[in-house]
Amino acid sequence: MSAYNFAYLDEATKRMLRRAILKAVAIPGYQVPFSSREMPMPYGWGTGGVQVTAACLVPEDTLKVIDQGADDTTNAVSIRKFFERVADVAVTGQTAEASIIQTRHRIPETPLTEGQILVFQVPIPEPLRFLEPRETETRVMHALEDYGLMQVRLYEDIARHGEIARAYAYPVRVEGRYIMDPSPIPKFDNPKLDNSHALQLFGAGREGRIYALPPYTRVESLDFEDYPFTATKAAGQACALCGSTSSYLDEVITDDAGGRMFVCSDTDYCASRVAAQSQEDAA
Amino acid sequence: MYVAVKGGERAIGNAHDWLAEARRGDPSVPDLALAQIREQLALAVDRVMAEGSLYDPDLAALALKQARGDTIEAVFLIRAFRTTLPRFGTSHPVDTGQMQIIRRISATYKDAPGGQILGPTFDYTHRLLDFGLADGDTVPQAPEAPASHSAVPHILSHLGAEGLMQPEHAPEACGADDVPDLTRTPLEFPAARPLRLQALTRGDEGFLLSLAYSTQRGYGRNHAFVGELRIGHVRVAAHLPELGFDVEFAEIQVTECESVNQFQGSKTQPAQFTRGYGLVFGQSERKAISMALVDRALRAQELGEDMSDAPAQDAEFVLSHCDNIQSSGFLEHIKLPHYVDFQAELELIRKLRREACAMQEAAE
Repeated sequence: MSAYNFAYLDEATKRMLRRAILKAVAIPGYQVPFSSREMPMPYGWGTGGVQVTAACLVPEDTLKVIDQGADDTTNAVSIRKFFERVADVAVTGQTAEASIIQTRHRIPETPLTEGQILVFQVPIPEPLRFLEPRETETRVMHALEDYGLMQVRLYEDIARHGEIARAYAYPVRVEGRYIMDPSPIPKFDNPKLDNSHALQLFGAGREGRIYALPPYTRVESLDFEDYPFTATKAAGQACALCGSTSSYLDEVITDDAGGRMFVCSDTDYCASRVAAQSQEDAA
Repeated sequence: MYVAVKGGERAIGNAHDWLAEARRGDPSVPDLALAQIREQLALAVDRVMAEGSLYDPDLAALALKQARGDTIEAVFLIRAFRTTLPRFGTSHPVDTGQMQIIRRISATYKDAPGGQILGPTFDYTHRLLDFGLADGDTVPQAPEAPASHSAVPHILSHLGAEGLMQPEHAPEACGADDVPDLTRTPLEFPAARPLRLQALTRGDEGFLLSLAYSTQRGYGRNHAFVGELRIGHVRVAAHLPELGFDVEFAEIQVTECESVNQFQGSKTQPAQFTRGYGLVFGQSERKAISMALVDRALRAQELGEDMSDAPAQDAEFVLSHCDNIQSSGFLEHIKLPHYVDFQAELELIRKLRREACAMQEAAE
């Protein structure tokens, strides 16, 4: 692939991206506009994450790519192969080994550590978008910290359903200032955003926005005093493979008679637990 | 016993091998040469160049071949290639007044200096399938006349001379380096006209066609005449500072449309005609006319026209949705796995139903 620069993008583009990332880190939760490039994969398939990862990668990095928590989902495979091809970096499935993790829809179960970078793929970066479709309006609302519309929306959920009826992409407030869309992670993962040891970067390619949570940033899920936020997952179930009761579980249909089972969505977490258990059994 | 699904990598590899085979089709049928696509599917090539935003008929033909004739997929291939190319500089604006014309019509004047030239058009053909084409193709020689070398001034310039057409002003400080570039700066609103025109010329033909049509049907009505439509070759030149003079480096085919629209005038301005402008790579008059109508509709605010919920007048709506690479990518991403979010929704719906049913039972 000598026709392409290291990590595909030319250095001028990477510099532009790094400037946007630095600005995003300096103003946690603020959406920085950047000049998104056309990538060799479609918009909506992780181009924002791919550009952020490309701007952060150095040859010594070890990259992990997950989609739905799994390293082996097709789009994760495709993005990992892309970087193997254009950057020739080491890749891994293990969370602890990776220096950069690009993810779609999950935060790994294994706690992240200092020096790691978690890159989120973001479809719609604007948390207010479905309340107000115009970018010109939502930018003003952020600037004025005018978030009443969001509070009313959450209140209406409670009035109607008895609780905030949001299961994923649950909005958060960053350092008491900007309301931020955490990308479509299940709200189960929201507490992991708070005070993370790792740098968390968010890339939205089609919408041309980058935002960030520097390590140890205060991130609160929006709620009300009398209706506090709760992280939820499949109730009362354990992983059928590793037995975990604390990880996020996917439901798998096993037959056409209503049979189903639950397994960890984080495949690395699950596999390492299964391996540890079989070692114990052998000992 | 269920085991976590593995094998995505092998599945992708196999799927792509199958795709390659399907693209080739029946191997007993001769392979398509790029020259055949370039010469015989020229309008498809033109569309790929226009929406791919890269003028190279051979690459566009290759993209069409690789994409199995899927225009948007071919545009995507061209865009992904274009984005890797360095930008050497900015050319001078092309002078469409100096165009080597193959087609030039006006719907507002019966005749004008330079004349009406129909050129190679589908207009006035009867859309009857030509079964003769099915078994090989012999084309009768079209009659030829010596090329005219007289100037073909823009028809709207005659209106301009009389003060009836609103003049266009280059934006302040519009040196070559000040031209905004949609591909190098994030799109922000309000977007000035040069940026809007840039987005429209690479925008999806179908989307612009529908929007332009909607203005004709009353959503932002602004009756347009085709003042002039011209197709032909123009020269592209740039100033090379190292040499100290201008160098012509390309000749490209473009389609240009200028629409004439009425403007009622205001307290400060007398009534006048205004212009909508379309300029598109290749021979693509449907797109150029659509672009001119949408360009004019997007000037509603600047001209103080009534803007009552007509999508074509809403720059944020039009520019955010006209790019078919963005829209098709995002549309099709819903094919990707969403197990995690769906699981979260599933739990939420079950919980809400449990609570609602319990309340109902309690009420009974």
